[in-house]
Amino acid sequence: MSIERSDVEKIAHLARLELAEADMPGYVHNLSSIFDLVAQMDHVDTDNVEPMAHPMAMTQRLREDIVTETNQREHFQQIAAQTENGLYLVPKVIE
Amino acid sequence: MHNKTIAELSQSLAQGAFSSVELTQAYLERIERFDGQINSYITVAADEALAAAKQADAQIKAGTAGILTGIPLAQKDIFCTNGIKTTCGSKMLDNFISPYDATVISHFKQAGAVMLGKTNMDEFAMGSSNETSFYGAVKNPWDLDAVPGGSSGGSAAVVAARLAPASTGTDTGGSIRQPAALCGITGLKPTYGRVSRYGMIAFASSLDQAGPMARTAEDCALMMNVMAGFDDKDSTSIAREVPDYSVTLNQSLAGLKIGLPKEYFAEGLDNDVAGAVQAAIEAYKKLGAKVVEISLPNTGLSVPAYYVVAPAECSSNLSRFDGVRFGYRCDNPKDLEDLYKRSRGEGFGAEVKRRIMVGAYVLSAGYYDAYYIKAQKARQLISQDFKRAFEKVDVIMGPTSPTVAFNLGEKIDDPITMYLSDAYTIATNLAGLPGLSVPCGFVGQRPVGLQIIGNYFDEARLLNVAHQYQQHTDWHARAPEAFR
Repeated sequence: MSIERSDVEKIAHLARLELAEADMPGYVHNLSSIFDLVAQMDHVDTDNVEPMAHPMAMTQRLREDIVTETNQREHFQQIAAQTENGLYLVPKVIE
Repeated sequence: MHNKTIAELSQSLAQGAFSSVELTQAYLERIERFDGQINSYITVAADEALAAAKQADAQIKAGTAGILTGIPLAQKDIFCTNGIKTTCGSKMLDNFISPYDATVISHFKQAGAVMLGKTNMDEFAMGSSNETSFYGAVKNPWDLDAVPGGSSGGSAAVVAARLAPASTGTDTGGSIRQPAALCGITGLKPTYGRVSRYGMIAFASSLDQAGPMARTAEDCALMMNVMAGFDDKDSTSIAREVPDYSVTLNQSLAGLKIGLPKEYFAEGLDNDVAGAVQAAIEAYKKLGAKVVEISLPNTGLSVPAYYVVAPAECSSNLSRFDGVRFGYRCDNPKDLEDLYKRSRGEGFGAEVKRRIMVGAYVLSAGYYDAYYIKAQKARQLISQDFKRAFEKVDVIMGPTSPTVAFNLGEKIDDPITMYLSDAYTIATNLAGLPGLSVPCGFVGQRPVGLQIIGNYFDEARLLNVAHQYQQHTDWHARAPEAFR
């Protein structure tokens, strides 16, 4: 399957990835080859096959809705790029 | 002392032949002397290692030591280590000092093991040659022109080069077994859910599994005794009793039924690799095993299905790297979207970006059924192949990798060729089964690995089957000349 440059631009935006202009042709080429590889699945009839999401066919374990973690905000925020008064800072979103 | 196994070192420590501090110091000196040649460690934690060794020596003296007390180990840099840089091989996490320990790391600490450092790996475990690491490629100790395999390339190389007695790895599509094969060591990928994923930086959550990498199956068993078990902090951890993996190592293999899937010996397999694997199977026959030809007809589906499932899960898991709470942040973002896009664009390498984009594409509206659901159905077919096979046989054997280690730079520009080097290992992850690679020969100076696949939770049998082979062969005991 052939992937166009516009496809790559669209998915890069969806995935919030800035791609360098010089790398674009490489991504178009490599993603096309990957989808060619993936297309080999189409040769197999899977009409009556149940999709398998997980190796153990298990259901999600549930627990009581109670607090189990201790508050370690300061500890965790030490490694953040920018914080203030216990909040993470990002560029202004609302004018 | 660097040629001893964990089992031997443990005995020497108990007998007082040397202390854990002396042993740790000896390994730190070897790392200092040799690692420049192979680039296998990202971080060496010398001070922390010596402090832990000192504590271990006190425990040994007090008679409260366990088997792993005072044993130096290397940890793959995918496991979070409290207070120590945890990079996952990525620029994205180059500044990340983990604020907590992964469960695997806590288990080793409780057992008194000493962490020498964190090993190099493909970025976010995405790669089969260790060449996608932000910290540069690892070289294969057997031949410095060759790759060590990946993604746990550093973990395999440190064991082969005697820069640690053993290490940990993680395996999403072959990342323990393939580098173990290419570096001539023993590596086990346990059943999905057997070892906790808590604190192990996620790549593809329905496939990721941690396991031991060591010189012998016996050492892998000793490590599994510490690593395996239920963990409340991992939502897919399995609550099931953990056997003592050491006690069954010496069971006889008489009557063992080995299945040889004809698809694993077909086109694409190097002749010399096939020869080494066949010779290993002959050795098993002499140990009393019976060989049955089997078929895993959907083997060809595994690589295509994997390159939908794994990227889909990775694109979701890696969305957490946004430049806000931890990890790399770009300079001077002009707005929030710019912050996300440039932090991710600059922080991730090419292979990671490729896989995130493949994942975003297959999960996007209109393509979900054609790709993601189709791949999950293929996964079901692959899994059913194994179910049928294990009705007839006890273990499945074949090559771990279609070739021996390839040259550095040989495949890095061609992702598809690189992906196909995992053609025999990926199916096991899709099914969730345990698999092990054991050294079984050489082509020239590059090692060959025999893969042994077991039924769910049959790790003890895999270790037994590998250990018996190692009692009758010496491939696992050989060391690359430059690192003896």
